[in-house]
Amino acid sequence: MSDHKVKIKINGTEICCNRGDTILKAARMAGVRIPTLCHDDRLEPYGGCRLCSVEVKGVPRLLPACTTPVARKMEVITESETITRIRKRIVSLMLSNHPNDCMRCEKAGECALQDLAYQYGVDGSEYGGERWDLPIRQANPFIVYDPNKCVTCGRCIRICNEVVMAGTIDWVGRGFHTYPDTAFRKPRSLSNCEFCGQCVSTCPTGALIDKKGRGKGRVNELTRVKTTCGYCGTGCNFFLNVKDGKVVKVTSDYDAPVNHGNLCIKGRYGYEFIHSADRIKTPLIRRGDSFHEATWDEALDLIADKFTGLIKKYGNKSVGAFSSSRCTNEENFLIAKFARTVFRNNNVDNCARV
Amino acid sequence: MAGLATSLGAGAATNSLAQMPDIDMLFLFGSNPTEAHPIVSFYLKKALRNGAKLVVGDPRKTWMARRADVWLNLRPGSNIALLNGMVNVILQEGWENREFIEKRTEGFEELKKKVKEYDLETVEKLTGVSKGNIIEAARLYSHADKAMIVYGLGVTEHQTGTENAMAIANLALVCGHLGRPSTGIMALRGQNNVQGASDLGPLPSSFPGYQAMSNTGAREKFEKAWGVTLSTEIGLKSVEMLEKACEGKFKGIFILGEDPAQTDPNINEVRKALDSLEFLVVQDIFHTETTKHAHVILPGASFAEKDGTFTNGERRVQRVRKAVEPIAGKAEWQVICEIATRMGYPMSYRHPSEIMDEIASLTPIYGGISYARLEKESLQWPCPTKDHPGTTTLYTDLFSRPGGLAKFMALDHKGSGETPDSEYPYVLITGRVREHYNNGSMTRRSPGIMELVPEELLEINAEDAMKLKIKNGDKVSVSSRRGKIKVKVKVTDRSQPGNVFLTFHFPEALSNLLTSEHKDPITGTPEYKSCAVKIEK
Ligand code: SF4
Ligand code: SF4
Ligand code: SF4
Repeated sequence: MSDHKVKIKINGTEICCNRGDTILKAARMAGVRIPTLCHDDRLEPYGGCRLCSVEVKGVPRLLPACTTPVARKMEVITESETITRIRKRIVSLMLSNHPNDCMRCEKAGECALQDLAYQYGVDGSEYGGERWDLPIRQANPFIVYDPNKCVTCGRCIRICNEVVMAGTIDWVGRGFHTYPDTAFRKPRSLSNCEFCGQCVSTCPTGALIDKKGRGKGRVNELTRVKTTCGYCGTGCNFFLNVKDGKVVKVTSDYDAPVNHGNLCIKGRYGYEFIHSADRIKTPLIRRGDSFHEATWDEALDLIADKFTGLIKKYGNKSVGAFSSSRCTNEENFLIAKFARTVFRNNNVDNCARV
Repeated sequence: MAGLATSLGAGAATNSLAQMPDIDMLFLFGSNPTEAHPIVSFYLKKALRNGAKLVVGDPRKTWMARRADVWLNLRPGSNIALLNGMVNVILQEGWENREFIEKRTEGFEELKKKVKEYDLETVEKLTGVSKGNIIEAARLYSHADKAMIVYGLGVTEHQTGTENAMAIANLALVCGHLGRPSTGIMALRGQNNVQGASDLGPLPSSFPGYQAMSNTGAREKFEKAWGVTLSTEIGLKSVEMLEKACEGKFKGIFILGEDPAQTDPNINEVRKALDSLEFLVVQDIFHTETTKHAHVILPGASFAEKDGTFTNGERRVQRVRKAVEPIAGKAEWQVICEIATRMGYPMSYRHPSEIMDEIASLTPIYGGISYARLEKESLQWPCPTKDHPGTTTLYTDLFSRPGGLAKFMALDHKGSGETPDSEYPYVLITGRVREHYNNGSMTRRSPGIMELVPEELLEINAEDAMKLKIKNGDKVSVSSRRGKIKVKVKVTDRSQPGNVFLTFHFPEALSNLLTSEHKDPITGTPEYKSCAVKIEK
């Protein structure tokens, strides 16, 4: 066994993991689920919510799996009566200050809090007490923030500061009334927000949601199609969320090799052009100064005739094709093949080499 | 990318994005990733958080420039002088990597002789960068263990764009900063599939996969696969086709999804060329400046409406998947097949995966790629065989040039095609903002984005604004020798005195009416990054 590897036991099963990994990571690699709320692989380990608490043999108190590194011969227990009791209490406390709004919430079906409440069978009724009653904040085109649904996991703040480094949001208020917001609670657009939506993508609850996708369908009604962004050459992956033949929302693909769920404003919120009323919907043929709608057959016949005619009249060097850096590889290959096999020349070029 | 191809062998980034957080020293040159490549900027920001040193070469005071250990605020168009100057410092101080130079490169003596002409005095004069900053940048770069140069369109969109890239390669080669993880040269480019589009052969002088047309073996392979005799005559570049059209010697063009009448520089000439054609077909998803000149307009399919692949800036081939049916019924690949068939060369594929199979069989760098593999893994070319894992770091042993050696190129400073004078005293730099994309035809149709950035703004320094007696929000006219536009002003210290900035996202303010006709003679890439303008109230 190399220096970089250590052996530990999780729930009695021996596994081999990388030195320096956290217990959480090692457990996930071994297929053991440990619940978390404040953890996101894109962020530094935090240890805030304590839901991932586990027992380690020889240590008298519970340890957070997300920040504790593995050590040789460590023996970890991820489920026990004590652990379950503690997790129940954490979830109950969160629910005691959470609006009972799952039936209308955009997040229902993919909400980490809802899943935990279900898994641990708690509803928050055992801890009555004060609830927040804060105004919903949505004075911007993309993001709706309902602080009442916030479980103060800090993920939005951390992703905005650690990953995006925009510094748009931070903790505001004191004590029980501490929650994430912009400085002086100004609209995001006045606080350097890049509208990358990373905060939305990391929020485990319905506190942060995409404004444009609101009311367009919840997770079980949507088909998710994994694809690659068409805007810039970074090659981010994401899911197009489709309902009734329409793209209604873009959501993160956390396993994407390039972007790990992160996106920019164009990739995340620049999709409405797809169903824009301005799209060209049929072939158009010029007559004089105006264009007339045509069928595909009419247009393609005309194109074939015209190019054949030009080649006959002026020779095959008089025609060419521009390819597009926005089209697919397959289409670029075909247009190169087309020029060489049909025009019989090499007049084919990338239009703008940028 | 012709620059890197000449010096190193392949016109592509040498490393993976995922290696970026581990770099010790980042030299960012002519690139503003926080605006143009936000996700790449996240990797770079992580490197900075991990303690990487930062040198930024950019005439504009970008987000990164503000945080740099050294900001090289060079004059637009003086890239080569600056890089030669840095190499000269490195050689004078003995900071070069002699073993690397000896074992893995050629042409060093010529380079050495050339850069001697670029002493600090001269370079300071040409670039406007202080001697101390040049020395410090050279020191930081040459002394780092894992040093990476990341460059952008600020390097390539000049008339010396190709040579600028070669000058960057010189710097990396002198220090031996290539061929190792987190150490190399990454080029950040504009459009989403510019890498794939270059890889797959719509180039007038090479077959797919950069196989030279002069290579008889390659030609025979394609002739056999395609069943035709192929022309051996090098074709025309897009700019040449347009020039010939103006002269009445070129008659018909098929334009697939591009908008040269808005995004090319000096668009008056482009429009004239398009109008001179006897037959112009344009396929696009929206009406653009270019479709106005067409005889037939075909509806295109957006990326959400077809299957295919894109290749990103780190050579990673990834799937594009059809989420909805093509709005107009057909995708571009189908249309090309139908026209070819009608013109007597039958083409038919049941699915784009079959096109990829043909690509793989004819293009060694894509040889191992198939849709089945892409379902399970993500591959960076070169990936020559079905069991090859792809390549994250290029040139670990050999450069892909004849003999396996990289080549130093001795280069001269030439400056911009057009420099400011008393009549047109300002340098106009054009570029992107984060919220929009190219001609804007997609982002302008996303309501929220238009709400944030509804119109073009001329970025100008406070000092210049005061001189011109203009303030934020004033409408001014910007003119060059070629045209004039009206636009609102934004006063910002991102622009340095003497330089102003515009994007090219808005058809209401066509900045490319102003940009110059100068272009890189090797690639034909236009000089978007520098032209002379005047500003009037
Ligand atoms: S959208 Fe991006 S920049 Fe704005 S608050 Fe969220 S994470 Fe920060
Ligand atoms: S808004 Fe969401 S991500 Fe932010 S702290 Fe609250 S629950 Fe966590
Ligand atoms: S999401 Fe943004 S950064 Fe990523 S590929 Fe798309 S445009 Fe580029």
